[in-house]
Amino acid sequence: MTTTFAPYLGKDLLGLEELSREQIVGILDTSEPFKEISERAIKKVPVLRGKTIVNAFFEDSTRTRISFEFAEKRLSADTVSFSAGGSSVSKGETLVDTARNLEAMRIDMVVIRHGSSGAAQFLGERIASNVINAGDGKHEHPTQALLDMLTIRDQLGRLEGVKVCIVGDVLHSRVARSNIWGLRKLGAEVAVCGPMTLLPPEVGEMGVTVFRRIEEAIEWSDVLNILRLQLERMKSGFVPSLREYNRVFGVSIERLERAPRDILILHPGPMNRGVEIDSAVADGPHSVILQQVTNGVAVRMAVLYLLAGGEPDTAEAAKTGVGL
Amino acid sequence: MADPQRQILLDERRVKRILARMAREIVEQVGSVENLALIGIHRRGVDLANWLAQQIERDEREPVPTGSLDITLYRDDLMAIGPRPIVGETRLPKEGIESRVVVIVDDVLFTGRTVRAALDELTDFGRPRRILLSVLVDRGGRELPIHADIVGKRYTVEDGDRIEVMVPEVDGELSVSLLKGALG
Repeated sequence: MTTTFAPYLGKDLLGLEELSREQIVGILDTSEPFKEISERAIKKVPVLRGKTIVNAFFEDSTRTRISFEFAEKRLSADTVSFSAGGSSVSKGETLVDTARNLEAMRIDMVVIRHGSSGAAQFLGERIASNVINAGDGKHEHPTQALLDMLTIRDQLGRLEGVKVCIVGDVLHSRVARSNIWGLRKLGAEVAVCGPMTLLPPEVGEMGVTVFRRIEEAIEWSDVLNILRLQLERMKSGFVPSLREYNRVFGVSIERLERAPRDILILHPGPMNRGVEIDSAVADGPHSVILQQVTNGVAVRMAVLYLLAGGEPDTAEAAKTGVGL
Repeated sequence: MADPQRQILLDERRVKRILARMAREIVEQVGSVENLALIGIHRRGVDLANWLAQQIERDEREPVPTGSLDITLYRDDLMAIGPRPIVGETRLPKEGIESRVVVIVDDVLFTGRTVRAALDELTDFGRPRRILLSVLVDRGGRELPIHADIVGKRYTVEDGDRIEVMVPEVDGELSVSLLKGALG
């Protein structure tokens, strides 16, 4: 028996910016067989038996943390999760201390969510364990983008040439940034649509089309990935009011009905129903929002599985392959 | 690595003859095909399992459920920090395997480690009444106490050599070859 190997991802998964097309496709392809495990009566395979994983959430998250925990447990890893609220110590110091403490407890992997951009990389550079970025500030949220891409590929059969418009607060969104990097590498066309105050000035340089009106975005798109409007943005003056935002950028059935084709609806959650997305759209026939959640577990299982491996060594690999 | 020397041991006609005999032997050993399920080990065992099931269906005029099993996540060598193998599809018969007679089908039986993994994985899906092992080629060299119940052909193969089975679904042909010096 010969064994073929998935692409090596490196020690850490920090973002999609630094991954190649082959590595991203490798993660998506590896996610496919992992979907089946969650459908089994006994939802568990022994592949990460004996591995210890820490989920370090310095910022609130329910969905992502639970999704990672399910993925870890279904691969038989031992897990510990902690959430730390705001700290009076400066973030850099906290992280160094955290890193040292984690290392002292002999852990294998850390999943980190942090409010500061670059926190995952900072940690990855200081510990030998694998680090997975579960969202760092405004930087990246790679597993979210991967599960978005897997869901689009499931539904449309491809990513190449698919037109995806990201709607909403792109400026503050790590989900948007990871999606833009990933989708562009896989040959999708990417656009953004939102209030000018919430679109990053450099967005044009990322090879992304900009729509100022939601009607134009709907006219163009195969897929809408609708971002959550962070309610605190209003206080900062980016958006005049929720009602105004819904009137101008809200995705409603009436607007979708004018589209020349069926549009796939994605949302990373949690949704503000009646603000960026109407309930009829969120629960409508073209919404794949719950499939995103299901796929999230499979994608995270794939990432954990791949990161637990090491660098390819062809001589050793050949031996392992025939050992069976 | 030097190009290994290939020697065809069995051509398509002979493999088909052997498979036909294996199908009859499976029926003989299990007695009734009513509760039978054939599970092929990814990748080449899957094609062989389908072929055997069709043959049994023709002979016995009873449907035989089939499935595929990828044992990658149950391998005993994944603790080593090496590259991660690509994981294939696992799809068990929709009827399940609980209380059925399950025949695991693989192309080559060598160390027995794949079969060990397959037995562990099947246990996570249910409790078959009985599990049998059917392989096209038994090449010896076991590292675990495992034996096959139905064997197509036995060969004594030197350590450094490899038996290569080709199946239509994966390779576009049906044959068994010996590759001299393909290992090590």
